[in-house]
Amino acid sequence: MQDIPTPSKKQPCHPLDDLIRTDRIPHIWCPGCGIGTVFSACLAALKGSGINLRKTVMVSGIGCSGRAAGYVKLDSFHTTHGRAIPFATGLKLANPELNIVVFSGDGDLFAIGGNHFIHAARRNMDMTVICVNNLNYGMTGGQVAATTPHLAKSTTTPIGNPETPFNLPLMAYACGATYVARWTMLHIRDLTDSITEAICKKGFSFIEALSPCPVNYGRRNKQKPLDMLRLYQEKAIIKNHADPSTLDIDFEKGIILGKFIDLDRPTFIEQYDKIYRPSRLQENVSELNS
Amino acid sequence: MKPAVLTGEYFMTGDVACAEGALAAGCRFFGGYPITPATEIAERMAIRLPHVDGCFIQMEDEIAAMAAILGASWGGVKSMTATSGPGFSLMMENIGLGICTETPCVVVNVQRGGPSTGLPTHGAQSDMMQARWGSHGDYEIIAMAPSSPQEIFYLTITAFNLSEKYRLPVLIMTDEIIGHMSEKVIIPEAKLIKTVSRPKPKGRKDRFKPFAPGPNGVAPMPAAGEGYNLHITGLTHDEKGYPVMAVETQAEMMARITEKIQRNLDDIIRTDSYLLEDAEIAVVSYGISARTSMAAVAEARKLGIKAGLLRLVTIWPFPEDQIRKLADRVKGFVTVEINLGQIHREVERCAGGKVPVFLVGHPGGTIIHPDSVVKMLKEAF
Repeated sequence: MQDIPTPSKKQPCHPLDDLIRTDRIPHIWCPGCGIGTVFSACLAALKGSGINLRKTVMVSGIGCSGRAAGYVKLDSFHTTHGRAIPFATGLKLANPELNIVVFSGDGDLFAIGGNHFIHAARRNMDMTVICVNNLNYGMTGGQVAATTPHLAKSTTTPIGNPETPFNLPLMAYACGATYVARWTMLHIRDLTDSITEAICKKGFSFIEALSPCPVNYGRRNKQKPLDMLRLYQEKAIIKNHADPSTLDIDFEKGIILGKFIDLDRPTFIEQYDKIYRPSRLQENVSELNS
Repeated sequence: MKPAVLTGEYFMTGDVACAEGALAAGCRFFGGYPITPATEIAERMAIRLPHVDGCFIQMEDEIAAMAAILGASWGGVKSMTATSGPGFSLMMENIGLGICTETPCVVVNVQRGGPSTGLPTHGAQSDMMQARWGSHGDYEIIAMAPSSPQEIFYLTITAFNLSEKYRLPVLIMTDEIIGHMSEKVIIPEAKLIKTVSRPKPKGRKDRFKPFAPGPNGVAPMPAAGEGYNLHITGLTHDEKGYPVMAVETQAEMMARITEKIQRNLDDIIRTDSYLLEDAEIAVVSYGISARTSMAAVAEARKLGIKAGLLRLVTIWPFPEDQIRKLADRVKGFVTVEINLGQIHREVERCAGGKVPVFLVGHPGGTIIHPDSVVKMLKEAF
C-alpha cells in the first residue's frame, strides 16, 4: 500500500487528526453523505469526554457506516454484518476496563443485527451504540431497509415501500436502554454533546443520528443533496424527554429530536459480579478505597 | 476462588470433561446457547467459570455466541463455545471471521443427526465436511475428534494450545455418544498440564503489524486496550490489518492463513493405531466409531483376518501422508463413520486408486455395531 507522508508541522492539521488513521484517507463515503459528520462528532465526543482513549475500542459491522472502524485511530474492529454488538459484548466481558463504542448503520444494527441490539439493551451491556440512520442500504446501492419510510422508493421497492419503518428510540427504550437520544447530522453540537454524555454514562446507551444518502436514497426520492438537510432544519422539533412512542419519523409533520431517556439501572457486569463474582466486587471496592 | 484444575479421579460425562479440559487449558470466557446434546458443557461452564474469575454468558443465539468469543479473545482472554449441528451452521459466519482475523478460540460441536433439526438426542458424525468447508471461502482449519470422555479432557487442552499457537478457531468434533457417556476421567495435577498462550508482541507499538508472520508463520497477538491501535477486519487485509482490495493482497493473506497450517502438519496432526504394524487391511475411523472399529479389529484378528486400525485424532488438516503410506502396503481400507461417507471420500482420495476403499457408514442415530465392520472385513477382502 502506498505510504502517505505525515504532514509537516507547518501544514494545518484537523484538530481530530490524532484520532484518524490518516494513512487510510481518502475515505469511501460519497459526496453529500452525512456519515463523516456523525463520525467527526463521535471523535470530538471521544476526545472531549476525557475517557482513557487507550482503553477505548470502536466496533463496527458491515456497511457504509461500518467503515468508521477502519478510519478511527483506536483499537478498532470491523466485524461481520450485524454482529458488532455481540462481538463488543465479548470484548467488554473479557476486559470490563474497556470503553466500547459501536458505530454502525441502520441496516446492520436493526435488520440483520436487530436480535443482538435488543438483547444487549435488555442486559444493559455497558456500551454506546451510535446508529447512523440513512434510511436505506447505501453500500449495496440503495435497497429498502427496516428504517425506510413507508412509500419511499428504493431499488427493491421500485414503486414504493409497502412496509412500516421502525421507531428506533422506542425500540431501544422498550428493550431497556438507559440512555436514548436522536439527532441529525445537522445538529452537530447536540449530537456531540449526546455522544459525550452517552460515552461517560454506564450502561447501554443508544444514539440515532439521521444522515442523508443523496446518492442512493435521495436520487430515487426526488431529493436533491441539500433537500434532506433542509428537511432536517425545517422539520426538526427538539423535544427532550418526549414520549418514545411518539417518535415515528414523519417528514411531513416533523422529526422529533432530543434526549429522550436518561436513567440508571445496574449493568450486566455489575449484576454478574454481585451474584457470581462477589470477590471481584470486593477487589473493586478496596481499589476505590486505596 | 476455586482451583481451575480439579485434580482427581471422576466418573464424568464427555461434555463435563470437555468443560473441565477447557478450564484446565486456561479458558476464562464462554459464550453459549443451549442445544442438545451440548448444553451440559454450557451448564458446567456457567457453574465453574465464576469460581476461577471467568465469565459465562448465554447469548441470544449461536451467531452471537460465536461473535462474543471472538470479541473476548481480542479482549485478551481464552474463550470457547459449544454447540451441535443447527448451532454449528449458525456459527459458520463468524468462524470465517475468526479465520480471517486469525483469532484463537475453541468451538465444540457435539454432533447429532442432521440435516436441519434432525435427531437432537441421537449421535452422528455427519458434520465432518461442514467442519472443513462450512464457512465460505478457502481456508485451513484444525479439527479433532475425541474417542472418550478422558480424551476429550486432554484434546480440549490441545485444542486451546493449538489455537493459541496458530491463531485460529480450533474445532472439537465430538458426538452425542461421547458427550453423554460417563466414564472414568483422571484429571492430573495442574503442574503436569502444559498450556500455551498466544505470544505477545515486543518492540515499538506504532510499528507493530498484527498479521506479519513470525518464524512459525504466525504473528504475535496483542489485546485491545494495550496501546497498539489495532485495526482488525474481515475484509482482505495486509499485514498491518488494513483492508486492501487487490489480487496481490488476497494472495498474500490466503498464503498466511493456509501456510501456517500446511507448514506445521507434523506439529498439528495426531493419529493413533491399533494392530496396524502388520495389518493387511487398514480400518480408518475416529471419535466413537474408532471404538467400534477397535472391537471389530480385535474380533477380525481372532478370525484370522489381519486388520488394523488407524484412528484419526486430528481430522483436519487431513492426515494424508499416513493414508498414502498405508496405501502402498495394505490390500485395502475400510472407513467407519456415522455418516454416509464424508471422511471415506478423503481416504479414497488419498488411497489414490491403489487399493479399494470400503465404507461402513450409518445415517446417524446410533452407534455402529462392531459386527457390521467385521462383516465388511470378511466379505470385502
